[in-house]
Amino acid sequence: MIKDITQYFRKEMFPHIWCPGCGNGIVLGAILRAIHSIGWEKDEIVMVSGIGCSSRITGYVDFNTMNTTHGRALPFATGIKMANPKLKVIAVMGDGDCAAIGGNHFIHSARRNIDITAIIINNMIYGMTGGQYSPLTPTGKYGSTAPYGNIDQSFDLAALAASAGASYVARGNIFDVSQITRFIKKALLKKGFSVVEVISDCPISFGRINQLRTPVQMLEWIKSISVSKKVWEKLSKEEQVGKIPTGEFLDIDIPEYTEKYQNICINIQQERRGK
Amino acid sequence: MSLKGNLKNYENEKILITVNEEWCKTCGICLHFCPKKVLVANEKGYPEAKNIADCILCMLCELRCPDFAIKVEKKESIVSHGQQNRDLED
Repeated sequence: MIKDITQYFRKEMFPHIWCPGCGNGIVLGAILRAIHSIGWEKDEIVMVSGIGCSSRITGYVDFNTMNTTHGRALPFATGIKMANPKLKVIAVMGDGDCAAIGGNHFIHSARRNIDITAIIINNMIYGMTGGQYSPLTPTGKYGSTAPYGNIDQSFDLAALAASAGASYVARGNIFDVSQITRFIKKALLKKGFSVVEVISDCPISFGRINQLRTPVQMLEWIKSISVSKKVWEKLSKEEQVGKIPTGEFLDIDIPEYTEKYQNICINIQQERRGK
Repeated sequence: MSLKGNLKNYENEKILITVNEEWCKTCGICLHFCPKKVLVANEKGYPEAKNIADCILCMLCELRCPDFAIKVEKKESIVSHGQQNRDLED
C-alpha cells in the first residue's frame, strides 16, 4: 500500500469540517488508499454523493465530483455511468441518505446491477440534522427523536443489497481500516453493483445520547458489537442480538447493465443494416 | 511533505513521525489505540511521539486518523535531500 494519499486532496479545503473523531475521515482515507493501490488516474474517477455529513467527502477530493440532492446519489451516478461507461463511478452515501431517503434508488440500482461502487458510511443516526434516528439505528439505542429508545428494527443493508441483485456486498467497520480498504479495493475493481457498508461513529449526535461521549468510547463500542461473519453464524439467536456481522457476504459474476445495453444497441444496429 | 500548517517532526534513526497540529482535532484515537503507547498527549492535547524507540511501524495511528494529521514513515524511504519517496510499497 502506498502511503501518501494527500495528492488526491483539494488541500485548500483542509482541515475538514467533520467533528473530532468522525469516522468519515477514516473512510475517506480508506477509499483513497484503495484507489491509490489500484493506480487509477484522477480524471477517470467520478465521485457522487447526496446530502449529509458523509456526503461532504466529494468536496475534499480532487476527482470529478458531484454533490447531489438528498438520497439521489445513485440516480445521478447511474446517469453518469450510462453516458460514459468508461468512467469509474463511486457513490458515497450516509445511512439515512442511502437507506431512508434513497432506499428505493438503492434497491433498484442493485437490481439493475449497474457498475457503480456504493460506499455507505453507516453512523446509525442522522448526524447533521441533530441526531434523529435513522433506519439503521439499532433497536433500543437512543436518538433525539427516540428519547425512550428506538423501537424500530434496523435494516440489514448487506442482506438487502444481496437479495436485490448486487454482485459484491461487504461490511466492515472503521476500527479495522485495513479490512475496509481491502473490501473497497475489491468493490472498485468489481464489474457490477458493489456495496461496501462501513460501520462508523458519530461521537456528537449518536455518542452523547448513548453514553459513548468520546471517539475512543465509540470505537471501542463498535469493536465490541462487530463480529466476523464466520463467528456470527455459529452464535445462537439470543447471542446474535445487538451484534453486527462483518465480512464479505456476496461476490458473484453476473451480467452488467451498461454492457447489456451496449449489446442491445449493437444488435439493433446490425439488424437494421442487414435489412 | 506538501501539507501546509504547523508540522511537528519526531524522529530517531529509523522512523519519522509527522504530526500536523493545524489539521489535528485532538480526538485521541491515535493515543488510545497505539499498541506500544508511543504517542503521548502534550499540554495542548496533540499527540507527541515520546517513546518513538518503541514504535513498530504498525501504521494504526495513520490509518485511523480521521483528520490525516499523523504520518509514520520508515527512514529508508526518505531521499537524502528531504524529498520523500512516494513509490515504496509496504
